Amino acid sequence: MNAQLQPTGSAYFIAKETEQLEAHTLSVLVDNEPGVLARVIGLFSGRGYNIDSLTVSETEHERHRSRITIVTRGTPHVLEQIKHQLERIVPVHRVVDLTVVAREKAHDRPLERELALVKVTGTGDDRVEALRLADAFRAQVIDANTEHFIFEITGRVSKIEQFVAIMQPLGLVEVCRTGVAAMNRGPDGM
Amino acid sequence: MNNQHNDNGQNEMTGAEIVIRALKDNGVEHIFGYPGGAVLPIYDELFQQEDVQHILVRHEQGAGHAAEGYARSTGKAGVLLVTSGPGATNAVTPLQDALMDSIPIVCITGQVPTTLIGSDAFQECDTVGITRPCTKHNWLVKDVNELAATIHEAFHVATTGRPGPVVVDIPKDIQFARGTYTPPQTAPRMSYQPKVQGDLERIKEAVAMMASAKRPVIYSGGGVINSGREASHLLRDLVDLTGFPITSTLMGLGAYPASGKNWLGMLGMHGTFEANMAMHDCDVMVCIGARFDDRITGRLDAFSPNSKKIHIDIDPSSLNKNVRVDVPILGDVGRVLEDLVRLWRATARADKAALKPWWEQIDQWRARDSLAYKPNSDVIMPQFAIQRLYEASKSKDVYITTEVGQHQMWAAQHFGFEEPNRWMTSGGLGTMGYGLPAALGVQIAHPDALVIDIAGDASVQMTMQEMSCAVQYEAPIKIFILNNQYMGMVRQWQQLLHGNRLSHSYTEAMPDFVLMAQAFGAHGIRCEKPGDLDDAIKEMIEVKKPVIFDCRVANLANCFPMIPSGKAHNEMLLPDEATDEAVASAIDAKGRELV
Repeated sequence: MNAQLQPTGSAYFIAKETEQLEAHTLSVLVDNEPGVLARVIGLFSGRGYNIDSLTVSETEHERHRSRITIVTRGTPHVLEQIKHQLERIVPVHRVVDLTVVAREKAHDRPLERELALVKVTGTGDDRVEALRLADAFRAQVIDANTEHFIFEITGRVSKIEQFVAIMQPLGLVEVCRTGVAAMNRGPDGM
Repeated sequence: MNNQHNDNGQNEMTGAEIVIRALKDNGVEHIFGYPGGAVLPIYDELFQQEDVQHILVRHEQGAGHAAEGYARSTGKAGVLLVTSGPGATNAVTPLQDALMDSIPIVCITGQVPTTLIGSDAFQECDTVGITRPCTKHNWLVKDVNELAATIHEAFHVATTGRPGPVVVDIPKDIQFARGTYTPPQTAPRMSYQPKVQGDLERIKEAVAMMASAKRPVIYSGGGVINSGREASHLLRDLVDLTGFPITSTLMGLGAYPASGKNWLGMLGMHGTFEANMAMHDCDVMVCIGARFDDRITGRLDAFSPNSKKIHIDIDPSSLNKNVRVDVPILGDVGRVLEDLVRLWRATARADKAALKPWWEQIDQWRARDSLAYKPNSDVIMPQFAIQRLYEASKSKDVYITTEVGQHQMWAAQHFGFEEPNRWMTSGGLGTMGYGLPAALGVQIAHPDALVIDIAGDASVQMTMQEMSCAVQYEAPIKIFILNNQYMGMVRQWQQLLHGNRLSHSYTEAMPDFVLMAQAFGAHGIRCEKPGDLDDAIKEMIEVKKPVIFDCRVANLANCFPMIPSGKAHNEMLLPDEATDEAVASAIDAKGRELV
């Protein structure tokens, strides 16, 4: 949500927001304990921030640490607030704005990948076309019979969007996406 | 080997015993609470010991506000103990109140047995779910062996960094189960490490900026009080060294004495003319432990337009949140002030001559006498009542709490606070009904002090039942009600914003507060004439009982000065300008939507 609708500072005066919205990808390292995801997403809904994509899984089993990847949108000022608000949560260890780090390192943006499962049904020419396009997108067939395919496709968000759009007229029945996994280029850790 | 066995034997106990032991080991002497099915094992343990005194309230909200008053007046964590379901939901208002005002509160809630969680059991609610957004952190304890460590961590989280409320939810089977008690340990969890020491380079930058200021102002807040008494001393040192004028938020009153010569009075919506004008016209603003709340800043795009701003705060999310600052300093106010004062002494010298024109300007604003009101010999003006109360109590060991509304602002304007931790009010959340139970909490902590709740007739009826608790524990709190028969602040806004249509802000059936006091077993006093006021106040102070004082004040008095909504600091509405017409047109159509 943009800053104009934020509760902060508006009780007297609602400032016109002139800054542009930007999409940023945040990595949040947390203790994997009950309720931690609820704290993170509750913060976003409670303070009126956006979540475009959310991915979470335990990444360090022995230390019970999970990594949450959030794609969010806001003005630079709001994005800075989001980072600080996340850092206030007790089981949050670190928050890294991957987009900011990528810029600092003169990379265009962080590496981002998403996986999708796409089910398409059809016969005849549509079926042939679906398979041909899947091949062009380097999607794998992971299940099929004479009436359907399930494709597995991995790539940047824009590639998945494009693939799903192309499959629409060819008998698309179901899509499942993982959300974005992201990290920055180069040898340095988070 | 044998020894080890013995230790284990001593440290093995039920969950309920662990709770009491953990409270003692965290230095708890008083808790406020209300029993119920899901906390009975803990109440059974309370019954069998004498170290922790339990104060039985009449409603869980009262327990929460009492714990807040206790915490605010002592600097220690306030503790409350409530049952599951309605016990926990009733505690939500004080938890949010403590969150907004950064008050350390540990709330222990009972929960249905772990095997019944999620089954819609009797008096079950998702306590950690409900309280997640209104606490600094919360825990549901599912293993008795983790109970002690969780309670210790709860105290640590509540009282360190930016203080706040925490909840520990304990299912009934965990209270019965036997487990091992572990004493408090010093190693906090890895992910929670508040930064207390400020960045020295930034502090040097601040000192240089302050030394070159021609029109400086210090704007301090509740963070100075939360940081401890030493922070208030350092603040006073800083003001003396620099010769800067100082104003404060509602929450920060008392950190710098109201009798101090550099004191400008409170700032913000109902702050003084000189404080708000100084904020608007300053060239260097030093914000210490305050958070640029909307009641302070007024219109953001016209807020102190020509100043460089320094902001000291322990919470990184408060820095640059509402107002962009030039020198943000992350750290505990006390620690940062220590460095700041030391560096100022070493490198800077106050140029009092350079500040002279600024002080002359301030004196002109002061001469405007923005807190003036028309005296009246027939009816008691509410401001007059506060002034007389102040005169009668200032030489005593006095603590003031308030409810929320006009009386709260008049108290902030007209009662002089000389010391920190003497002023308990609901600032951020604005909880009507805060003051009476908060006064009870203060009185429990300071049994011999004079504790006065400056109340409004509407607010006080929200938690009036706690008078019964005050009588039970012989806590001689004084409830000083400025009774104008209205929800005065609501009415004032209706006059400002809604064409004087007083929709449901008049209380047609008012209880007889004197009879009410008698019904509770307390002492009731009514005063209607200005000439009788001093004697009546004297009686209130001298009676060794809880008192309800029904002070009948001018019904239609309004609270000025005021920054109308949508306006800037230099567009205040002053009392002598607040004619009916000016009030009606003070807020234009655009401002009306903002409130």
